Parts: sequence; structure tokens; C-alpha cells
Amino acid sequence: MTVLVVVERQPDGIDERSLQAVTFARRLAGDEPLHALAIAASDGIEEVLGEHGVATLHVAEHDVYRAFAPYAVSAAAVEAAERIKASAVLAAGSERGNEVLAHVAARLDLPFAANCLDVGAGDPLPVTRIRWGGSLLEEALLHASPKLLTVQPHAVAAEPAPAGPAAVERFTPTLTETDLAVQVVERVETAAGGVSLAEAKVVVSGGRGAGSAAGFAIIEELAGLLGAAVGCSRAVTMAGWRPHTDQVGQTGTKIAPDLYIACGISGATQHMAGCKGAKAILAVNTDAEAPIFASADYAVIGDLHEVVPAISAELRKAQIQKAEPG
Amino acid sequence: MRVLVCVKRVPMTGGKIVLTEDAQAIETRHLGFTISPHEECGVEEAVRLIEAHGGESVVLTLGPSEAQEQLRDAMALGIDRAIHLVSEEEWDPEGTAGVILEALRVDETANGPFDLVFFGNESADAGNYQVGIRVAHALGRPVATGLKGVAVENGSVRCEQEAPGGRDVYVLPLPAVVTVLEGLNLPRYPSVPAKLRAQRKPLDASSPVRPEPRLEKLRLVVPEGQRKEAMILGEGRAAAPAVIEVLQRIGVA
Repeated sequence: MTVLVVVERQPDGIDERSLQAVTFARRLAGDEPLHALAIAASDGIEEVLGEHGVATLHVAEHDVYRAFAPYAVSAAAVEAAERIKASAVLAAGSERGNEVLAHVAARLDLPFAANCLDVGAGDPLPVTRIRWGGSLLEEALLHASPKLLTVQPHAVAAEPAPAGPAAVERFTPTLTETDLAVQVVERVETAAGGVSLAEAKVVVSGGRGAGSAAGFAIIEELAGLLGAAVGCSRAVTMAGWRPHTDQVGQTGTKIAPDLYIACGISGATQHMAGCKGAKAILAVNTDAEAPIFASADYAVIGDLHEVVPAISAELRKAQIQKAEPG
Repeated sequence: MRVLVCVKRVPMTGGKIVLTEDAQAIETRHLGFTISPHEECGVEEAVRLIEAHGGESVVLTLGPSEAQEQLRDAMALGIDRAIHLVSEEEWDPEGTAGVILEALRVDETANGPFDLVFFGNESADAGNYQVGIRVAHALGRPVATGLKGVAVENGSVRCEQEAPGGRDVYVLPLPAVVTVLEGLNLPRYPSVPAKLRAQRKPLDASSPVRPEPRLEKLRLVVPEGQRKEAMILGEGRAAAPAVIEVLQRIGVA
């Protein structure tokens, strides 16, 4: 079928999740040439898209695209989809991908399946999508056409499909006043401080077991020794012990460190949805039956108020030995 | 000003999700329920706006009869009255947006337009990411999504959305629709008198008929667990040396 993928740019090229969506889209497209849509200033991305199987890149140009404008992006997607008579329009299941496709769905009065892991064949189209941030799956049928869906990040790995650069077709979409009215008008930079939770190689988190805001001093100490970011569970932010920006979970930050050290965290599905990207999990908990141990690689049974300072002390010893060999 | 906030009743899933025998829903016999987290912050924000600017706040839900509990919770936080669209069935996001739109129009015809309509960015359970946007389009009102800052000033709403390295700002003319995220604020705990007052606040219930879903749920599936056998490094303080070994092996210490 004729498939259009709405792709997102990053300052250094194309968003990896968009390449995953393009890879996913090839399944639906079959032998039909694959189309992609990008917004303005898309110099260079036709090459990497071509290498991933895109035959034609439609580039929407307009002054409004200097900053993100969800209505205007969705208007361009609708226009391109209608021109090529698309049978399906896809995007990455990122915040912006979901936002743009929801606008497309509202404009075309069509159903939309967000964060799909898999699609079958036929009409209605069988889809498997995530619920509860990935803790549960839904098998559903997507009726009507064109099919609108987003692809859950990491549902597939981006895979090249050797081909030349995509042909570029530039166009200026017809935009209404409403399309132009909703746009990012300002970027407030936040002062960079500490290690970013989303990108940290190591995260040390505390849960209800920390007992209080003051209980986080030992978590911070250990994080400092490891060059790690400090995280926490939802129970902690709800109690006001830590800011929401520290929260790891379905409704907080999703992390993917090499090591996640979870102290005094029981392991509710809401929390695990945020840390399942960790390569390894070390859990410290007094309760040997805590659900977190079912997802952990390493377990320490004990009170974090004893265990965490002991780890810090041992770590200091090891670091001193390293600094003074022999 | 008038503010509407739409909320969803969801179970507190705890450590492990178990499905009903027909795989149509989560087994909730032993679970508590709550307002979906993003929307709980929407409720708090609506209450703060009315405290600051005066006017009326209304909470709306589409859900089973038990969802009255979440409407009372919202009113205990300070919302003035509630609209309950009672249905024991699960609705798809298109149907949900349609029935919310109808109820909103009925209320606006009687009481005047809502300056601001709050939704959660996505519900904790179904996570369809679209109901607020659909309602905004049908109303012909602007919408900004995924917000962690909402400020009403001079007939417009300043909306802040987290972005890498900072925050993106939208300014929308009122009336507008916003979808919000947890972290927008820290919802208050209701006092006992507030809970008692909430029992007497007006609640308008009706039973809409569900249209045929076009995103048709067939069944739910618990994903194959990546259940691991955790390596036990020890108990209490004595585990510290083994922990350091692991840290060194992984290459983080």
C-alpha cells in the first residue's frame, strides 16, 4: 500500500525513532514506493531516508516551520497524504509524533492507533499497541482508511534497505489562520546543572523507603561518588520530598542507564515502565518479596539507610586504592 | 472564568497486572482506583485558576457508576460541580471525544463558554494521546499538549512544554484546550471538611450510548515477563563489597 511517514528532525539529522518508524512502514508498504514527509530545512536527510527505503521525501516549506507548529505540520501531512492517495500515514510514537497524528486524525475524522508494536494484514488492520506505558498490550482492529498509527519507539530497530537518496519534492502547504496560530513562540533555556536523568549512565533512585526528604542525603552521596543522576519513585514526589523532574516512571522520566540502583522502591508497574530501558538493575529493599526483585539483576536485602552508606564507604576505599596504586 | 477538566478513573495497578478471564480488562477486585495522574494535576490547576480569577470549575468523566468516587475526589480538591457520563463499557478515543463534546456543548448552551478545557496528555491506562486534540478541533479552539506550565494572562493562556534543554512556550488566545502532564503542580490533599462538602456538591449524571468503536479492542495481553532471577549480593551492610565488585564489572566504578 502507499504509505507516508511523517519524520522528525534533530539538530544533527533525523530522529532515530523516525528511522524506526520508516523501517516499520516498509512492512505495510510492501513493494510500493515509500513516502516520507519532513518540515522545511531538511537538507541532507533525503540521503539517510533513502538508505532506509524512502523513495520520495516531501518537504513542506513555510515561514511557520521556523518553530514547531503542530497544526501546520498536520496540515502538511494531510495535504501530502491526499496528493499521493496514501493508504496509511505513520509517525514515531514520540510526544510530537503522537500529537501530529492526533491532529491528522481529527482533521480527517479517522480513528488513530498510538504506540503500535506490530501490525498484521487486512482491513480492518490488526494492530498490537501498548497500554500502561508498556506494562500491558492491546490487540485491536483499526477500521476505516487511510490507516493512522504511530510506532512505539524501539518496537523495531532502524534497518537500512539499500537504495539511492530519496527524490525530494518541495511544496508549500495551504495553511489556515488556525494552522498558523499555534506555534512555539519562545524557548526558555533551563540552567544546566548536574547529570541529566534521561541520559545518565548510572541512576540512583530512592523510594518510599527513603523515609523523608532528608533520607535522600545518602542517595545523593552515592550518586555523587558514581557520577550518577538522582531519581525517585512517584510516592516520593507525591509526598513532596523530591521535585517531579527527579521522578522515574510512566508519568515521569523514562531512563535507559547502564545501571539503575533502586533503593527502597517496591517496583510498581508505574515505576517499572520508566526504568525498563536500564541495561542492569540493582535493587536494595528490606522486603525480599518486593516486585522489583522480579525485574532486578542484582539484589541486596536490607534497609537502604544501612546499605547505601556502606556502599558509599566501600566505594571511597576502592577509589582511594585506585588513586594510590600499590 | 469557567474551566472544565476531564478526568478518567483508572486502577492503581501495584506490582503485577492480572487480567480478567475474558482478557477484556484488568482484574481489579483487589485494587484501589484513582484519577489518572496527569488529570489529577489538571484538577489542581483548574482549582488554582478559579481561586485566582474567580468563576466556576466543572469536572467531567466518562466511566462506570463507581467513577463517581473520582468526581467526588475532584470536588474535594475544590471543583464546584460534576458531570458524569455513565457507561460500564470501554469507549474508544473517537467515541470518548464525541460524547465529551456533546456534554460540553450542552453545558455551554446553558451556562456560557468554558475559557479553558483541561485534559490529561494521555490516560494512564489506554494511552491513546488524542481525546483533547479531537475535542479542540471539533470546537474550533486551539490546543497545546503535554504542558508543565499553564498561566492565564490578559485573555490568553501561556503554555509551557518541556523540551530538550529547556521549555517551549505557546501562547493561545482563550477559549482554548490544554492537555497537561504530571509535574504541572503538586496536587493538594483534601481536608476532611472538603471531602464532606464534596458529597453535597451538584453531580449531573446521564447514560450515553456507545457508538461502534473504529479502534476496536479485541483483547488485552500481559507481555511476556522478562522475569529475572536476581543475583543476591547479600544482606544489609555486609553486601557492600559484592556491590562494588558488580559496579566494577559493569564498568561504572
